[in-house]
Amino acid sequence: MSQEEEDIVLAELPDDELVEQMFDDLYDGLADEIAEGTQILLDRGWDAKRVLDEALVGGMNIVGVDFRDGILFVPEVLLAANAMKAGMAILQPILTASGAEPVGKMVIGTVKGDIHDIGKNLVGMMMEGAGFEVVDLGINNDAETYIAALREHKPNILGMSALLTTTMPYMKVVVDTMIEEGIRDDFIVLVGGAPLNEEFGDAVGADAYCRDAATAVEVAKKLVLEQRAS
Amino acid sequence: MQVQCLPAELHNRPGKIPGAVRTELEKRQVEFAHIFVAYADCGTGGALDKTLAEFGVERLPGAHCYDFYAGASEIAALSADEPGTFYLTDFLTRHFERLVKKGLGLDQHPELMTTYFGNYKRLVYLSQSESQELEAAARRHADYLGLEYVHRHTGLAQVDRELGEQVIQWLN
Repeated sequence: MSQEEEDIVLAELPDDELVEQMFDDLYDGLADEIAEGTQILLDRGWDAKRVLDEALVGGMNIVGVDFRDGILFVPEVLLAANAMKAGMAILQPILTASGAEPVGKMVIGTVKGDIHDIGKNLVGMMMEGAGFEVVDLGINNDAETYIAALREHKPNILGMSALLTTTMPYMKVVVDTMIEEGIRDDFIVLVGGAPLNEEFGDAVGADAYCRDAATAVEVAKKLVLEQRAS
Repeated sequence: MQVQCLPAELHNRPGKIPGAVRTELEKRQVEFAHIFVAYADCGTGGALDKTLAEFGVERLPGAHCYDFYAGASEIAALSADEPGTFYLTDFLTRHFERLVKKGLGLDQHPELMTTYFGNYKRLVYLSQSESQELEAAARRHADYLGLEYVHRHTGLAQVDRELGEQVIQWLN
């Protein structure tokens, strides 16, 4: 870090420059600085939703684009996500207490046999950032677990994630079980994971394949609106 | 016969494997009557197969390189027994620092260890050689990752057989 950067005092920056600095700090994965910036904006009278949308989600979208373009790699994205979590930890209780209606609800988990949850966690975090309520089933979920969670939580969306080519076919087992149970059309099904593609999403009967967390948010918003309109 | 290797780092970014293989195939197809790709699917989700089909080239069977060392059924059994199994081969054991520690950024950011390996329970070292040095290294890597250590010796018989079958097909 340069001397110039070391000398930056977040509390002395005007709002627009502070948000710009928070974008840089998110990009650099600086969790303490993000927590500090979040608190400063709240203290200046910004509401939690505005801090989330403009400072945190705005910054993470830049990270997402640079990851998609091959400028950033997984370690940098994880550090940025950890930094965002530090800000979210301050904002979440305020948002919850405000009683604001969530944009929608999502049940999410990795499929049976798959313990790789980095992508799933990023999607969950970005969905929460976009105002969705997220019920995280964790890892290694069989069809019965997904179905039970759908019945219990009645979400708009089921999200399934897999990293392994050996586990991703299990998504079809879950969708087929939903069809057998007569509940497939009650939910939007989104799938994601490194080895998946759109063709695979179609083959397993998902509503959409999402190549990354930002795409998942965009698609989820669009499909929930369509679901409500139908 | 000529063996052409691709960068091992591709295994940390499987999405780039089909493109790298394509570049090599385009270069080599005019030089050789037969080309065989000694990759498994390796996390490309079928994208490698699509590329190979365009060139009429085959690859080793299986989802991962672990399959062609240990056999798909052995890997399936190990993964079913414990989904949180992290595998090392001789190559990965030897180049653990570069491909795992540095490749995942753990050398600079050890705080990411739990994010990467928090759900893993054990490390299975699939050895091809019978090197005590490598076995000791694999055990150290398991300790570093905080995982239970298991050793399975696979040798190279499975790969030999697959490659041998390919050569027989060419001869016929």
